[in-house]
Amino acid sequence: MDPITVIRSRTVVMPSTNIDTDQIVPARFLTTTTKEGLGKQLFADWRYDAAGQPKPDFILNRPEAAGCRVLVAGRNIGCGSSREHAPWALVDFGFQAVISTEIADIFRNNSLKNGLLPIIVDEATHAWLLANPGVEVEIDLTNSSLKLPDGRSVTFPIDGFARYCLTNGVDELGFLLSKDAEIKAYEARRRA
Amino acid sequence: MSAPKTMFEKVWAAHEVVPQTADTPAVIFIDLHLTHEVTSPQAFSLLKSRGLKVRRPDLTLATMDHATPTRTEQVFGGAPISIESAAKQIRQLEVNCAEFGVELLGLQDSRRGIVHIIGPELGVTQPGKTIVCGDSHTSTHGAFGALAFGIGTTEVGHVMATQCLLQKKPKTFAIEVSGRLRPGVTPKDLILAIIGKVGVSGGTGYVFEYRGEAIREMDMEQRMTICNMSIEAGARAGMIAPDEVTFAYLKDKPRSPKGAAWDDAVAYWRSLPTDEGATFDKTIEIDASSLEPMITYGTNPGMVVPISGKIPDRRGDVVFDAAMKYMGLTPGAPITNAPVNVVFIGSCTNGRLGDLQAAAKVLKGQRVAPGVQMLVVPGSQEVKREAEQLGLHEIFKQAGAEWRESGCSMCLGMNGDTVAKGEYAVSTSNRNFEGRQGIGARTLLASPETAAASAIRGRVTDPREFII
Ligand code: SF4
Repeated sequence: MDPITVIRSRTVVMPSTNIDTDQIVPARFLTTTTKEGLGKQLFADWRYDAAGQPKPDFILNRPEAAGCRVLVAGRNIGCGSSREHAPWALVDFGFQAVISTEIADIFRNNSLKNGLLPIIVDEATHAWLLANPGVEVEIDLTNSSLKLPDGRSVTFPIDGFARYCLTNGVDELGFLLSKDAEIKAYEARRRA
Repeated sequence: MSAPKTMFEKVWAAHEVVPQTADTPAVIFIDLHLTHEVTSPQAFSLLKSRGLKVRRPDLTLATMDHATPTRTEQVFGGAPISIESAAKQIRQLEVNCAEFGVELLGLQDSRRGIVHIIGPELGVTQPGKTIVCGDSHTSTHGAFGALAFGIGTTEVGHVMATQCLLQKKPKTFAIEVSGRLRPGVTPKDLILAIIGKVGVSGGTGYVFEYRGEAIREMDMEQRMTICNMSIEAGARAGMIAPDEVTFAYLKDKPRSPKGAAWDDAVAYWRSLPTDEGATFDKTIEIDASSLEPMITYGTNPGMVVPISGKIPDRRGDVVFDAAMKYMGLTPGAPITNAPVNVVFIGSCTNGRLGDLQAAAKVLKGQRVAPGVQMLVVPGSQEVKREAEQLGLHEIFKQAGAEWRESGCSMCLGMNGDTVAKGEYAVSTSNRNFEGRQGIGARTLLASPETAAASAIRGRVTDPREFII
C-alpha cells in the first residue's frame, strides 16, 4: 500500500442517508474471486439503466465527477453487509476518502485497510459540504485536518495506529506477524 | 474482590494477547474462524502472495452458503450451477481449503448450511469464545454468550495468518427487555421493534447485551434470531448470558466438550454472565408485553410498524420519500393494504427448525394465494432433515410452496433465487435494502408466522388471524 499524507481534490456529493454496502456493490457482483475491476460495478443499480447504459443524471456519470477523489455522503454510510468489495470498488473507481457524519463500523475498518480514508465531520461542516458540491478540499492526514476552500480547517478523529499505518504505508498484517512470540505465549496458556 | 464486570468485558479480557495501548489497538485471539466462498478468495490470495499458511486450521471451518444454489439438481448433480461465476467461486473454495488444510463442509456434505446455523448445530459455537467470520451476521453466535462479529476480507486474511485480530475495544450497550411477548408475537418482532427504537446507526461502536425476562424465556433458536440482527442497529455484536437453556442445547452436540471437559466448560460458562452492579455505557428499556407483530415498510430495517398500524406519513423527509418511491407504498395507509407477490421463509435469521414449525403451523391445511410464489429454504441440511422427519415439507408443498436445499437463497440476490423488479416480498430475512433480493425487489421483513399468513391471503396479514 502506498503511503497517504495529503489528498487534494474536488468533492462528489451523494446526499442519501444510510447508503448501505448493498448499494455500493450489489450482491450479484460478489461472485468475483479478485479485487480488481469492481469500480465498474460501483453503485451499479443507481448508475446504470436496465439495459446497462449509464444514466446521464447520476452523479458519478456526470463530467464534473471525473477525477474526483473525495466522496461526501449522507449520514451513516457503509451500513449493512461486511463486504470489503465496497471499499475495493470505491478505491478502484478512484476515491481516496469518504466524508460523512457517521460511518458504519465494519465499512470504516475495511476502508482503512485499503487506503480509503473514512472521515467523520461535524454536522455544520457536513451540511456545508452537502450544499457546496464540487468544491476543492485538502485532507492532511499528518495532522488530521480537512481544509475547506474558504480557508476553514476542521480536524477529524482517526485512530493513531491507523494513521501511522496509512502515512507510512505499513500494513497491519506485518504488525500482527511481528507479535508471534506473544501469540505463542497466549496459545500456551489458553483454555483448550 | 475485583470490580464487577460485564460479560463482554470478561470475554474480551480473556482473549487479550496484547492489551490496547494509547498507540496501538489490542491484539485479540480468535477461538473460531468460520469462512465461506464469498469473502475468502482474496484472503487466501493474500496468504499465497506472502507465502503464509493458515496458522490454526483446527480453529477454522469453511462451508458454502451465499452463492450456493438451492435447487436439488444443481447441488447434487444432474444440472450445472446456473450462475457460472458462482460455480467458479465454489470450486475456488474447494481448491483453497485443500491447499491450506482447512476443513470444508462442501456442497454435498450432509452438515453443510448457512454458516451461522451450522456453528451452533455442530456445537463449535460456545459461550465465552471469540468467533469471527467474513459476514456481518456473525453476531448470531452471541446468543451463546460468545463475542462474535463480522470482519472484512483483509481481516479474514489476518485471522488465517495469525489467529488474531487488531481491535479497538468497543463500548457496551444494555438492551433491557421487560415483560413477556404476547401470543403471536415473536422474537423477530421484538428485534425489529428494538431496531426501530435504537435506529439503524444507534448501535455503532457498541456491543449489545440483551437482558431481561423475555430474553431468558427464549429458547436458543429464538435468542439467535435476536442476536442475528444486532448489526442492523449498527452494533457489531450482540450477546445473551449463557444459562441452563444454553447448556442443554449444547450438551451432546457433535463437537461440544464431552465427559470431564464438559463439566469444566460448564463451570467456566457459569462465570461469564455480567456481574451484579456492573455498568454499561448505555442502556435502553423496552416492554415486550406492549408489542404486536412488526413488519418493515421501507428500505432499512429501522423503518418498521406494528402490523395493525399505518405506514407513517413523513413526506418531506428525504430518506422517507426515497423509500416510499422505491417501495411504491402510500404514506399513511394501513400496512395490511400492501400486496404480496413473493414469500420467503429462510435465512440465518429465521431458517431454523422452530421457524419452519411456526410457518407450518399457520400453513397447515391452507393454500398459498393464487399468483404468490412461496419459497421455504431450510438454513442447513440438518434443519432440512429434521423438518422432513416431522413432515413439514409436505405441509409446505401441499400449500403450494417450494421446498429447497439449504443456503442463503433469496436473502440476497446472488445465487439464482431472486425477487423480480417491482414485486413485493414478505421475507423472514434481515435486510430490506434496495435491490437486496434482486434488482428493484421490494422487501418487507417479518416473522415466519407473518410471512406464512401473508402468503395465504396474498397481502400483508396479521398472523394472529390464524394462530390465536
Ligand atoms: S442468510 Fe442472508 S444474512 Fe444470513 S449469512 Fe446468508 S446472506 Fe448473510
